[in-house]
Amino acid sequence: MLNESLHLNPKIFSKHVDEAPTRDGYGKGLLEAGRDENVVVLSGDLEESTRCHWFAKVYPERFIEVGVAEQNMAAIAAGLGVSGKISFINSYAAFSPGRNWEQIRTLCAYNDSNVKIAGHHAGVSTGPDGATHQAIEDIATMRAMPNMKVVYPCDAIEAQKATVAAAKIWGPIYIRLQREATPILTTIDTPFTFGKAQALWVSKKNKPEVLIIGAGPLVHHALLAAYELDKEKIGSVVLNSATIKPLDEKEILLWAKKTGAVVTVEEHTVMGGLGGAIAELLVGHYPIPMEMVGIQDVFGQSGTPRELLEHYQLMPKDIITAARRVIKRK
Amino acid sequence: MFISHKRIKDLYGVANRLREDVIAMLEKAGSGHSAGPLGTAELFAAFYFYILNQKPKEPLWPQRDRLILSNGHICPIQYAALARAGYFPLKKLETLRQYGSGLQGHPHRKALPGIETTSGPLGEGLSQGIGMALSARLNNEKHRIYVVMSDGEHQEGNVWEAAMFAGKNRLNNITVVIDRNNIQIDGFTENVMPLEPLREKYLAFNWNVIDVDGHNIEEIINAVAQARAVYEKPTVIIAHTIPGKGVSFMERKYEWHGMPPNKEQARQALKELRTLGGKIKSEHE
Repeated sequence: MLNESLHLNPKIFSKHVDEAPTRDGYGKGLLEAGRDENVVVLSGDLEESTRCHWFAKVYPERFIEVGVAEQNMAAIAAGLGVSGKISFINSYAAFSPGRNWEQIRTLCAYNDSNVKIAGHHAGVSTGPDGATHQAIEDIATMRAMPNMKVVYPCDAIEAQKATVAAAKIWGPIYIRLQREATPILTTIDTPFTFGKAQALWVSKKNKPEVLIIGAGPLVHHALLAAYELDKEKIGSVVLNSATIKPLDEKEILLWAKKTGAVVTVEEHTVMGGLGGAIAELLVGHYPIPMEMVGIQDVFGQSGTPRELLEHYQLMPKDIITAARRVIKRK
Repeated sequence: MFISHKRIKDLYGVANRLREDVIAMLEKAGSGHSAGPLGTAELFAAFYFYILNQKPKEPLWPQRDRLILSNGHICPIQYAALARAGYFPLKKLETLRQYGSGLQGHPHRKALPGIETTSGPLGEGLSQGIGMALSARLNNEKHRIYVVMSDGEHQEGNVWEAAMFAGKNRLNNITVVIDRNNIQIDGFTENVMPLEPLREKYLAFNWNVIDVDGHNIEEIINAVAQARAVYEKPTVIIAHTIPGKGVSFMERKYEWHGMPPNKEQARQALKELRTLGGKIKSEHE
């Protein structure tokens, strides 16, 4: 059942659950973080779709339009970041960090500049724009960089909190965001601490046999899967690992030991993303059977978000199948 | 701008001393770039010993002028200038490129006082200077941002993204100095990938452009003073230099772009530098 202490949205399992895109939460977070006059926001000709326009309207003098020039944007932000500013750069993840990875690596991460990289429209659910605009490798490429932190909020409310938190933490942070409206899982009262994973669901009726770890909006699918598994008398735990780097190793290992099997869920390639991070942790500390629900080393394509999530097998039923499979492997 | 002959003469002396440092450092390190550092000795002497408003003992002094070295590979000359200006002990110059040294193969902000930003990958310095210039503008601070760039790195797209931005935003607190030495690793710039007409390119991007003899310290100082007086645009100073300047067998040879001198070559180079090309007797002999 849902972890009561986290004050989650009671309508999570309802068909009528409220929805909002994580980018909206990010935009509100920018507005909130903007009260600190050191916060500056840069956009690569995507002011509105990256939800920077709310900030730009209130703080026009601290909004910087750089045009379609992601490399320049990252490097300017690095210059601002070493001058005492807290800069947020905005474009689609396919271009930033897709196009400007080296500038981010050298000038933000290695140079230890105070830059937050907001990667928008991540994942295949970006939809009709097709594979060119659907970043599915960005967690891997950002996570591999020393000195970089990575956060992937599960809903708009968590995105807002993560954005505000990121502004207060010195150094480079990658914030992964999505375009589509997705279910609201948390509430204003749900605690958020950067670097902490949360057990959103712990079966009470059935003894937990599998740990499902998710990040991003697919955490909703993980919860739906846990709900169904419970009906089939299979107990589970659902962990929201919003911070992918640094991982909350303690919390993950605690539940791994209690369940003995793991399924990871992400709208990202299974190579080097959340699943990769969890696998690296488990292999070193507590190797147990593990399955990864994610994109299987292929590019996306045009379609509706729903069609694509089904095509790439990222639905609750796919998580259930993976859970059954991993339990058998114990 | 009036500068006394004595002062100018001293600055040439500094430039020559920096060249000697560079040769000694590269020979000891056994790797690194020779031509660029030697060709920019007058520029670095002018900046670190005349132009920059700085406090070497307080490297993070907020009002300091910022000098960004965009083409990080010529860092031996910057390291030598920083050491001689008092940012860190001269003795450290011997540790260039060695394990545990702050004098990394390419400059790193966190490793050494006086380094404003990490560089090495080309074409990124101007953008970072823009970030610093925007920050200064937001804070209403009056310090200036100088960006030293190579000519070859103008083949990077990032440079033109930055040039476009600075022109549009009239960032008059930025001055770029281009080491126009016409060489890069694979050959002469105009053979590898032509940059000319460089002056016209910057003019088209709405910059103020000044050409100088990069070995004439008075011209360099005057151009920087002129740039400060231009309020409506950023300024680029195209400093025409001779790669490898001061060492006869290195001058104008692109082969020396990325190569250090060996022991014998270093001895020969130091001899030339210490005798002003055989014109005087060296105290070291």
